Amino acid sequence: MQHYTMNLTLKVWRQKNSKSKGHFESYQVKNISSEMSFLEMIDVLNEELIAEGKDPIAFDHDCREGICGMCSMYINGRPHGPWEQNTTCQLHMRAYKDGDTIVIEPWRANAFPVIKDLMVDRSAFDRIIQAGGYISVNTGNAVDANAIPIEKQKADDAFMAAACIGCGACVAACKNSSAMLFTSAKVSQLSLLPQGDPERKTRVLNMVAQMDKEGFGACTNTGACEAVCPKGISLSNIARMNAEYFSASLVAQ
Amino acid sequence: MLNAKIPAGPLNEKWSTYKSTCRLVNPANKRKLEIIVVGTGLAGASAAASLGELGYKVKAFCFQDSPRRAHSIAAQGGINAAKNYQNDGDSVYRLFYDTIKGGDYRAREANVHRLAEVSGAIIDQCVAQGVPFAREYGGLLSNRSFGGTQVQRTFYAAGQTGQQLLLGAYSAIERQIALGNVEMFNRHEMLDVVVIEGKARGIIVRDLVSGELERHFGHAVLLCSGGYGNVFYLSTNAMGSNVTAAWKAHKKGAYFGNPCFTQIHPTCIPVSGDHQSKLTLMSESLRNDGRIWVPKKQADDRKPTDIPEDERDYFLERRYPAFGNLVPRDVASRAAKERCDAGFGVGTSKQAVYLDYADAIQRYGKIEANKQGLSNPSDDVIIKLGNEVIKEKYGNLFDMYEKITGENPYETPMRIYPAVHYTMGGLWVDYELMTTVPGLYALGEANFSDHGANRLGASALMQGLADGYFVIPYTIGNYLADEIHTKPIPTDHPAFVAAEKEVADRINRLMSIQGSKTVESFHKRLGKIMWDKCGMARNEEGLKQAIEEIRQLKAEFWSDVKIPGGINEMNPELDKANRVADFIELGELMCLDALSRNESCGGHFREESQTPEGEALRNDADYMYVANWEMKGEHEWQLHKEILDYEVVKPSQRSYK
Ligand SMILES: Cc1cc2nc3c(=O)[nH]c(=O)nc-3n(C[C@H](O)[C@H](O)[C@H](O)COP(=O)(O)OP(=O)(O)OC[C@H]3O[C@@H](n4cnc5c(N)ncnc54)[C@H](O)[C@@H]3O)c2cc1C
Ligand code: SF4
Ligand code: FES
Repeated sequence: MQHYTMNLTLKVWRQKNSKSKGHFESYQVKNISSEMSFLEMIDVLNEELIAEGKDPIAFDHDCREGICGMCSMYINGRPHGPWEQNTTCQLHMRAYKDGDTIVIEPWRANAFPVIKDLMVDRSAFDRIIQAGGYISVNTGNAVDANAIPIEKQKADDAFMAAACIGCGACVAACKNSSAMLFTSAKVSQLSLLPQGDPERKTRVLNMVAQMDKEGFGACTNTGACEAVCPKGISLSNIARMNAEYFSASLVAQ
Repeated sequence: MLNAKIPAGPLNEKWSTYKSTCRLVNPANKRKLEIIVVGTGLAGASAAASLGELGYKVKAFCFQDSPRRAHSIAAQGGINAAKNYQNDGDSVYRLFYDTIKGGDYRAREANVHRLAEVSGAIIDQCVAQGVPFAREYGGLLSNRSFGGTQVQRTFYAAGQTGQQLLLGAYSAIERQIALGNVEMFNRHEMLDVVVIEGKARGIIVRDLVSGELERHFGHAVLLCSGGYGNVFYLSTNAMGSNVTAAWKAHKKGAYFGNPCFTQIHPTCIPVSGDHQSKLTLMSESLRNDGRIWVPKKQADDRKPTDIPEDERDYFLERRYPAFGNLVPRDVASRAAKERCDAGFGVGTSKQAVYLDYADAIQRYGKIEANKQGLSNPSDDVIIKLGNEVIKEKYGNLFDMYEKITGENPYETPMRIYPAVHYTMGGLWVDYELMTTVPGLYALGEANFSDHGANRLGASALMQGLADGYFVIPYTIGNYLADEIHTKPIPTDHPAFVAAEKEVADRINRLMSIQGSKTVESFHKRLGKIMWDKCGMARNEEGLKQAIEEIRQLKAEFWSDVKIPGGINEMNPELDKANRVADFIELGELMCLDALSRNESCGGHFREESQTPEGEALRNDADYMYVANWEMKGEHEWQLHKEILDYEVVKPSQRSYK
């Protein structure tokens, strides 16, 4: 792998807090190594801003290895940037070349208000889970783990759905700011497993109701969410949730 | 005298005796008792959920925007449990024994035995929550062996075990939040413990969004705030992992146990330059199939694939023929460092060794070809088939490696180097997980734990969940039974006022320095001192220098740090400054602890204490104790020893030759 350095122009969304209006600001960054991660490039810029007595750019991040779901930048019109199945923190600068301009924005959705700069409030996701994204089993109630065999294919499918990191890129990519991919991933995981069966009907109804209440938009099957999802959560989960919802509403009526 | 409150009786009956004799709190009284849980990783989320289910009033805090993001999410490899589902001879005793031995005989027998006893129930609980562990075609749970153990007792969910376990605990805590039993405070950082008449009664937290300080009362306080590996700046920990909660407790009287016991993981992606912000672990499971080597010639710049077989030094296989590439983490890490220090390292930095899959690809390729009945398959076919097998087993790790380095590990060996990964040290706790401050508990990686001087792979997840789901729900009742008449203390009590003022004063002081150097630059310098002098190998001279350097760094920090922004707003630089200030003080204590332990054990290697062949030399006669430090003043600590009594296991020198 040949390493190189580059100079870039960044256009970054700056917004003091949830109440103020934001704007773009331009920065020049120099001698960025192709080996850096995208967030390390921002670190370099922030160190320079601090040295110049300016306010560094606020952004969410923690694990920096693509699993916590904290990082959330909308880069040149695409959540998490140009790479397939990737998070912002895993994006590396070799994706860019000398002279590039990069526009960086926060997730944009009514249900995700901006806290500061590139940081948004995603607590709506927690409230969707609170509405039913669990199996009601108190500690100590469990039977032996091997008492319920589960078909391998189902277990694997449940795992694939459970791999969602709750980042919200799906919402950010959707023109309707729909949270269907996120919600359906959890509904799918629990409806594929026998343990999830007793609460199957109330779960899907309550989670969808909460999703609507939080102000997420409707799903028009565009598939933008799947295209940007860093964990490859599939649209088939949405189909499964719709079916679950349909049969649950029939019973509820 | 430290009293670990270990129940009397035979080892394998202690926990059941305890459970059937500890005091209970009746349901009506539970509703009147408030418990504060700081941290909602595996330990904290499981504790908060379980205590909420029991009917206590719980308040939980974390600094991320949701409990689902705690550092536990990043654990890859798996979780141990003595289920013996594989019929390969596992048992509670064996898991107990392996943990004690793996910890190099520096852990407490009674705690470790309890851990092994409850391990099976953890798996049951997680499966009931819907955690999708890997399964076999018959529908039953799959296991693998991990870190060179002789039995297959590790449960896993691909390379995302921590994620799946945490999401299970997260769903449990979210359910309790919905039911109103747990109140959750996201983006809140605890900055002090409030102690009233000798008992922990609450905390001071900062709302990280508004910058405001808040006071919270609790009849008991649980610290589940994780490990402090980030004292080294570069580690595999998440960026936000910190020691602040534990350190504040230490300053309020909680003893810190074995602070210098750090685990350095052998297989991490090496540093690529000064910009490096953290290191990424490549799961231990990679050593099951990969071979580790360096060129036999120093500073050999050829491409690894151009170096012929007989010019390669498979140094682990050479030094440890019995265990080869599967020696424990501490041993593998030191051996890699030894080669690099001697000038045999590879890559641009020369601080790396190769982890090579070429042999494994060949081996699996041939087996596959055989299975498919191909006679005389070409080399290309074998490699293609082999790659497919490797992809299924390790695909996500190989992808991660390629994303970070831009190199294809199917074609060229990976470069790896050891990195700080886990801290066995932490707040000292007794059998009930209580620190030396009554009513103040520590769970998970935050306590000095059950891992002695070295933790076995897949045992941290087990311990965090054991503490939260199955230990604290019992032991806390034993304390709270005496508290049912204690009315909630109003937070205008002078102790709350004073604690908040102390926190506010410190923040004001930090913000008023307006010096010339960034917080990050101090953190990096601290990390370098720690890594060079209190890292994989330590000696008296280096440690003494390190203590001096850290003291100077502290003085410089408090006179020249530059923090932008204001106090009453979201200010990540201020958050970082609060943490780095505590890391600096902790660094000094770690060096002091390492200095006072003139033996090599587990992850702690004192150069003065080694065999002629360079292997670690333990000294049971002088050091078979937990070193607990009480803070007496600035730069001043007093050592209290908890002597370890091995009633059941007979300590022996570890050997992997
Ligand atoms: C890359 C990696 C892979 C690993 N793989 C494995 C594995 O395969 N198997 C295994 O057994 N172990 C593994 N480990 C170790 C294991 O993941 C950790 O030891 C364990 O998850 C720690 O859990 P915890 O609940 O104690 O702390 P954490 O998960 O670190 O949680 C800490 C919590 O405390 C909160 N917190 C901290 N300070 C404050 C404060 N001041 N105020 C408020 N909140 C605070 C945080 O917000 C967070 O919620 C791995 C570790 C790493 C780094
Ligand atoms: S579905 Fe994908 S994009 Fe949406 S929150 Fe989950 S991981 Fe992120
Ligand atoms: S920082 Fe954790 S996923 Fe990006």
